[in-house]
Amino acid sequence: MNAPAPALVAPDFKSDYKPVWCPGCGDFSVLAAITRALAMLALRPENVAIVSGIGCSSRVPAYTTCYGFHGVHGRALAAGTGLKVARPDLTVLVAGGDGDGYSIGGNHFLHACRRNVDLTYIVMDNHVYGMTKGQPSPTTEPHWSSKLSPGGTGLREFHPLVIALASGANFIARGFSGDPNGAAKLIAEAIRHPGFSFVEILSPCVIFRPDQRSWKDAVRPAPVAPTDEAARAARRLMTDDGFNLGVLYSGRRKPYQPLTGKATQRLSDLEEEFAL
Amino acid sequence: MKRARKHAPKSGKAYADFMAQAYAMEIDASERYAEFADQMEVHNNLEVAELFRKLSGIEGLHAKRILKEMGWPQMPEPVYALQWASAEPPETAPVTELHYLMQPYHALEIALRNERRAEKFLGGIARSRTAPAEVAKLAAQMAAEEREHIRLIRDWMTRVPKPDPDWSRDPDPPFLSD
Repeated sequence: MNAPAPALVAPDFKSDYKPVWCPGCGDFSVLAAITRALAMLALRPENVAIVSGIGCSSRVPAYTTCYGFHGVHGRALAAGTGLKVARPDLTVLVAGGDGDGYSIGGNHFLHACRRNVDLTYIVMDNHVYGMTKGQPSPTTEPHWSSKLSPGGTGLREFHPLVIALASGANFIARGFSGDPNGAAKLIAEAIRHPGFSFVEILSPCVIFRPDQRSWKDAVRPAPVAPTDEAARAARRLMTDDGFNLGVLYSGRRKPYQPLTGKATQRLSDLEEEFAL
Repeated sequence: MKRARKHAPKSGKAYADFMAQAYAMEIDASERYAEFADQMEVHNNLEVAELFRKLSGIEGLHAKRILKEMGWPQMPEPVYALQWASAEPPETAPVTELHYLMQPYHALEIALRNERRAEKFLGGIARSRTAPAEVAKLAAQMAAEEREHIRLIRDWMTRVPKPDPDWSRDPDPPFLSD
């Protein structure tokens, strides 16, 4: 009989690729939080898949030793949903930014919440499109003025946690990259929770939003215990200022998992399924 | 910096818990400095990368020393689940403190702040009325070591150039030009 594999520690989940994020970027801490969460749960890299879209934060799969899929802009949740449905034995994490998830992939976000497939969606929210040099994103404050949006957009910002709750997400939490251990615990809890788990992590962009360095003074633990009552969570979220950290909703809806037939073993079997 | 510590007796859960906390503090600082070195290498700021790598090595040695003193074969679990008064262990620099154009002096300023926080944390335990005597005694020794580190870093800072006021000015900034 083979001896059990030794327990892994967080650095075992980091690949040899050095992240190309800007020095000071919050995403470094989110990467640390993800790897710590996987170690906490005693998972193995070969049993975890990380799926992403496009953007700075979407580079995350390459920086881990897990299976990864760096997909199409805004379509990470579609790919992640398909993967989980086809391979329910895998732990599936989907990761990306606020532009990828709430704008280009906004519709997928709604329906992923509604479908409630058992996966974890981590959004590194910096309220800006960093990779394309600082355009306002859906979560950008209306009065944030920049070279590309003089005087601000004047548009009301998107409230992802409210939208997630209204759309049926089964677990909703907010973390902060300045607290990677706290974020790791939230991610671990989200992975353990059945169904679609959504973890928004405030992750400052120090290049285009240097003002976000002050987030460390604004964040605070949510002054309420998690609830499994959607109505109560809704009332809380409607008055949330965006800086309350912790698990804000932990529902009990049964995850969606279709009955699968026999696993496809050969490429020709797969081709046959799609033959007209 | 490498003086042998006068050991308090290695007994009791409180002592082991304190050493696990001290280990977590050192290993977290070491990992963060290593991440900073990686970031600086990626951005071709090699001088600062080398400095962070050196600091990572020093903190790593401190962590190894704790393992050796306690006779622990590996890191005590769960290092990342420990509770701190702040979001991260006191000797760990916040990720957002870096800048791609930073200079060695800035890196040493970060290290100085870290050592000061560590000294304050350990000094607090040493002065605490609730800490067991053996823990308080060891914490006082460690705090004295941190004061020595502060002195060494301040000395180091006198040997590197002080940055110009406009050190962060980039003639080709990352912002989209109009």
